[in-house]
Amino acid sequence: MTTTVDDLSLARSSLARAKLPWWSPVVVAVGALLVTALIFLGASLHGYVSFILIAAVLYLLAQTFVSLAVEGWRHAKNRLMTSLMIVAMVLAVLPLVGVLGYTIAQGLGRFDSVFFTHSMRAVAESDPNGGAYHAIIGTLEQVGLATLISVPFGVMVAVYLVEYSVGRFGRVVSFFVDVMTGLPSIVAGLFILALWVLLLHQGFSGFAGSLALTILMLPTVVRSCEEMLKLVPVSLREASYALGVAKWLTVVRIVLPTALPGIVTGVMLAVARVMGETAPVLLTVFGNSAINTNPFSGPQASLPLFVFNEVGQSFDNAIHRAWSGALVLILIVLLLNLIARTVARFARVRG
Amino acid sequence: MAKRLDVKDLNLFYGKFHAVADVNLAVPPRSVTAFIGPSGCGKSTVLRSLNRMHEVTPGARVEGKVTLDGEDIYASGVDPVVVRKTIGMVFQRPNPFPTMSIRDNVIAGLRLSGTRDRKTLDEVAERALRAANLWEEVRSRLGKPGGGLSGGQQQRLCIARAIAVRPDVLLMDEPCSALDPISTLAIEDLIGELKKDYTIVIVTHNMQQAARVSDQTAFFNLKGAGQPGHLIEIDDTEKIFSNPGQKATEDYISGRFG
Amino acid sequence: MAAVAAFLILKAVPALSANKGNFFTAFGWDPEGTGIFGVAALAFGTLVSSLLALIIGVPVAVGVALFISQYAPRAIARPLAYVVDLLAAVPSVVFGLWGAIYLSPNLIPLSKFLNRYFGWIPIFGSTNQTYGKSILVAAVVLAVMVLPIVAAISREVFVQTPKEHMEGALALGATKWEMIRTAVLPYGRSGVVSAIVLGFGRAVGETIAVAMVLSSTYTINWHFLDPGGNTIAANIANRWGDATGAVSQGALIASGLVLFAITLVVNFGARVIIRRGKAKA
Repeated sequence: MTTTVDDLSLARSSLARAKLPWWSPVVVAVGALLVTALIFLGASLHGYVSFILIAAVLYLLAQTFVSLAVEGWRHAKNRLMTSLMIVAMVLAVLPLVGVLGYTIAQGLGRFDSVFFTHSMRAVAESDPNGGAYHAIIGTLEQVGLATLISVPFGVMVAVYLVEYSVGRFGRVVSFFVDVMTGLPSIVAGLFILALWVLLLHQGFSGFAGSLALTILMLPTVVRSCEEMLKLVPVSLREASYALGVAKWLTVVRIVLPTALPGIVTGVMLAVARVMGETAPVLLTVFGNSAINTNPFSGPQASLPLFVFNEVGQSFDNAIHRAWSGALVLILIVLLLNLIARTVARFARVRG
Repeated sequence: MAKRLDVKDLNLFYGKFHAVADVNLAVPPRSVTAFIGPSGCGKSTVLRSLNRMHEVTPGARVEGKVTLDGEDIYASGVDPVVVRKTIGMVFQRPNPFPTMSIRDNVIAGLRLSGTRDRKTLDEVAERALRAANLWEEVRSRLGKPGGGLSGGQQQRLCIARAIAVRPDVLLMDEPCSALDPISTLAIEDLIGELKKDYTIVIVTHNMQQAARVSDQTAFFNLKGAGQPGHLIEIDDTEKIFSNPGQKATEDYISGRFG
Repeated sequence: MAAVAAFLILKAVPALSANKGNFFTAFGWDPEGTGIFGVAALAFGTLVSSLLALIIGVPVAVGVALFISQYAPRAIARPLAYVVDLLAAVPSVVFGLWGAIYLSPNLIPLSKFLNRYFGWIPIFGSTNQTYGKSILVAAVVLAVMVLPIVAAISREVFVQTPKEHMEGALALGATKWEMIRTAVLPYGRSGVVSAIVLGFGRAVGETIAVAMVLSSTYTINWHFLDPGGNTIAANIANRWGDATGAVSQGALIASGLVLFAITLVVNFGARVIIRRGKAKA
């Protein structure tokens, strides 16, 4: 009898294992917080960032040791890794919240009508007035022109790559698009600077900036167009051919419209990205404190460039303008992103 | 080693969907039990609940008892990780870890539970590969990646991997359905040898295979459209295939549906 | 690409020939004055800040990717991924602004801490006990910018891990982390590597954020906590305003060529690594 009971209890313990109760992380967390508070009182430290840091480290250490003692090495490691993943997640979200929050807090101050309707002409940097009107106009024009150039061209390249390309040339083109994806924005700016502004003596202009932005937008537009075109089922194309429709007409009338929502999404994301580019604009548009609505002649202003310049000044009023400019920029970019994703989801539903 | 499995009042759910209802069966040690039945009737679901893999699917739920030599594997305090070491599984498509060598694949389970001694690992690898009838074919290339073998060899590698940790029960989920007839035969022979040391439960779509390989057969079926799967009949293989008790079983065996 | 290189070289040559110092080894940037300018310190800053950014950012990015793909419940996985992608949408000027005005002063306590307890490691040493706009701050800002790229690509790869490998590992009696280590990470290795390289390319080319955070100096300084530093890209941005002559313009263009070369080498090297990784698998 005793043997059987012993056997059974041995057998029972072979499947079960010591396991920490579900509430143990909470208890350890509370403990870590208390200990940190004591350390802070004792060593008279301050600052909530340090508090959180120390508490987090203490928690991880304590949790691991407790788990090690009760559950064994493998499960302790498992818990530690899970906690570290959560820490990573928090670390990723914090900067976003921090940047957005801080920008909103600092930028709202100058969100007034003066800011949106005036430029910096005849306004000294130390003045509390002045606005970003010239910069907003400039950015809109530069990005608009860039879009006008890169979208048709990019779509054509994508169509070529997906529908027509055969053999080496297609692969070469694809390779170049890949390389262009990795081009630093400032090198794109340098290129247009050397070629258009200096060599061809065209001087600084909004259009020069558009050219640089086009270089940056093209690979994104081409790649996302390609993806969308590839998603259009072959059967759709074949149905059209079977009706005797020529290839290019099929592409224009059937394939492109089907892929359109995805293409729109890709374009909007490219626009959003390029809107915030400062470096290429710095080198090609040069900046202007007055309003210049002609993108083809003379330097223009640009919103990211405006922010960059204002920060460089050491006056408080300039910094305020910089924050407000940044806020406007972020709002536009986030709005574009949101619209793009909504279009994408809408398109997926239609399928 | 080689324990018996008892299933009592097993009900399996995916979220709200009741997939399998009221299964009661017993698997004697050192025997082969086959689960047969048409697609979608829950055979694989029941199999996966025997080593607590069912709950890996998000939302999946288990009610009932599954006992291994009297110990309920679903009791609170039981660690699924330990259960899965005690009850091993071979999958439908051979899945050797592609970035590991053949040797590393076989000892993967042992390495995880902390065995470090090189000699032990090598001995176990050889023993497992021999038991899986793969040793002669791979002994000269143990360091090569596991993905370079043929389908049948890969599946035997997975079997070797599963038995290297000396499980009490071996579960096989349609192990031959992705293989050619010759490899299938090789694996069926292997099962015949393995049952001397292990308790085996095999899900198969192939009735002839069930008849060839198993000691007892369980027939699963849906009682109607939208109904959960049920265990219709379980009996000695010979009896099921020559003189089944239920009409549904007989219909399935004779190919009237399935 | 050839055209880009050609034009840049054209513009750079007159400046290079007027350089009174060695372009590759000299420090300082004074094309019009003393006529000496060199990329040594700039290249150092570029590489160091980008590498540091990777060291800080990649573990967090991979952790985030694993969390979203393996740990998070389906319901919050999509919003979380979206949040991380949003981080990529923030323009670099804004990051520069935040880095210069918010992060820089707030990292001073941490810098002091690192110096006090780890100062015996050279990179945490300090030249004169002042902290502020240092390479460390720039690296942190770059890390934040690199994170969404690495995380998004890694996540895509992890999600594609075949279910049978993950289940195979679990069926052997692996804990969740062991399963990830055995099935998910090895499968995703080449994808993560390409993500890291893409992130590195981004960090190397990042101009504005760095320009706003670092106050330019032209020395090779291994004390990362010291204020000051410079990268090729930031230098171009900073010195562009007063580059009025052909020489100073050419000098900046020459440095841009070096940056371009670095980017090409990195991208090319990445392709080689990926191709070799695919051949091995």
